Amino acid sequence: MASRAALLVLADGRFPAGGHAHSGGAEAAVKAGRIKDASGLEAFCRGRLHTTGLTSAALAAGAAHGLDPGELDAAADARTPSPALRAAARKLGRQMMRAARATWPCAELDALATAFPRGAHQPVVLGVAARAAGLGPEDAAHCVAYETVSGPATATVRLLSLDPFQATAVLARLAPAMDLVAEEAARAARQGVDALPAASAPLLDITAEQHASWPVRLFAS
Amino acid sequence: MDRVSLRATARIAADADGGLPLLVSDGPLALRRTRASGPYTRVTVVGAMSAPLGGDRLAVEAEARDGAGLLVDSAAATLALPGRSAEPAAYDVRITVGEDAVLRWLPEQVVSVHGSHLLMRTVVELATTARLVLREEQILGRHGEAPGTLVTRLTVRRAGRPLLDQELAFGPGAPGGWDGGAVLGGHRATGQLLVVDPAFAEKPVRPRLLGEHAAVTPLAGPAALATAVAPDALAVRRLLDTALSELAPF
Repeated sequence: MASRAALLVLADGRFPAGGHAHSGGAEAAVKAGRIKDASGLEAFCRGRLHTTGLTSAALAAGAAHGLDPGELDAAADARTPSPALRAAARKLGRQMMRAARATWPCAELDALATAFPRGAHQPVVLGVAARAAGLGPEDAAHCVAYETVSGPATATVRLLSLDPFQATAVLARLAPAMDLVAEEAARAARQGVDALPAASAPLLDITAEQHASWPVRLFAS
Repeated sequence: MDRVSLRATARIAADADGGLPLLVSDGPLALRRTRASGPYTRVTVVGAMSAPLGGDRLAVEAEARDGAGLLVDSAAATLALPGRSAEPAAYDVRITVGEDAVLRWLPEQVVSVHGSHLLMRTVVELATTARLVLREEQILGRHGEAPGTLVTRLTVRRAGRPLLDQELAFGPGAPGGWDGGAVLGGHRATGQLLVVDPAFAEKPVRPRLLGEHAAVTPLAGPAALATAVAPDALAVRRLLDTALSELAPF
């Protein structure tokens, strides 16, 4: 049986994988006035969860299930038209790899690090790390689903001085949707790379490029 | 609108000599060879009926064989309409582009009418030296109207490897948040223009913003994608036309 505590270690916001430096598109959305309050944050997070959240969760679930990480990384590239987001995903993948190899050393992580010296897409690394920790596809998908919304929520607290209680309430309201997304992601991952979802969000892709061009910004993406 | 749901598959194949060995209309999908534009053999999809309605299963198969230059456009926007069937309508597009062939796939918009439910799936297989220009535009509702449910998936493989895979889902049957600040932010029109050209391998496109809600981005392979969201169909078309003239001088 998978260790529930290992899941908490991997999902912990304090897991040293660099995620705190990224807003998941929230910084650009706050500046454009698309997130002004808790309800705007909720709509943003719900949309992100059902699009890139589902897609990334399925990639992680696939890696945790044992699908070929190289094929998953190519699938991730095809699902990430924004070069700024591809670069962010690989940078986060590199940081996740460093933390995961120290935490759960194993040959599969070593092999992935060797195959992708500049970093594989973060969800792929997370999935392999979950596997190394004895976790399954649902666990990996839950991790990704949660970080898909917790990143923007935490960032919005800093960017808007939003009440942290309200931000946490948003996350709690999204919990049933996160469960559904994680289940759907794991189900797809068990059917192989060709069955992976590709849900995408036009504004996230467009504004990631805008955000990358800002001279001064609080978050890396 | 009082008809049973239908199945129809139209087929196009173009040869390097400019011929169309296959040009098969079916049901509401009427194909016409139209006046050529430049070096391209041109085929126009003429919507002979309002389609697709709920329950319909339409498909178009298009092949630009090795060395061919094919332009496919349409005479009018595709209106997704509610049908008598509770089933969603399906519209499948299957495209193959051979070695040294060029396909320009430039249909008019898909308009998701209130109460409709359409699943569109486009699968493109490109040979290594193939070039492609492909435009898709999704308009949510006619003027001032709430949209139906529209799901579109675009999967492009080049030499058997994934190049682009994107699914968009909007409207009352889509998962929540599609109208929020991450996906459409209240806009009612969106579009994508994909240009695949092996020449981009040497000289990749630089990422570029086209105004506040549109961007041109280089993909991980030799291709560029323009993505736009806008209040209406006209504004999306203007943005994609700008990208088209920049990215696809061929």
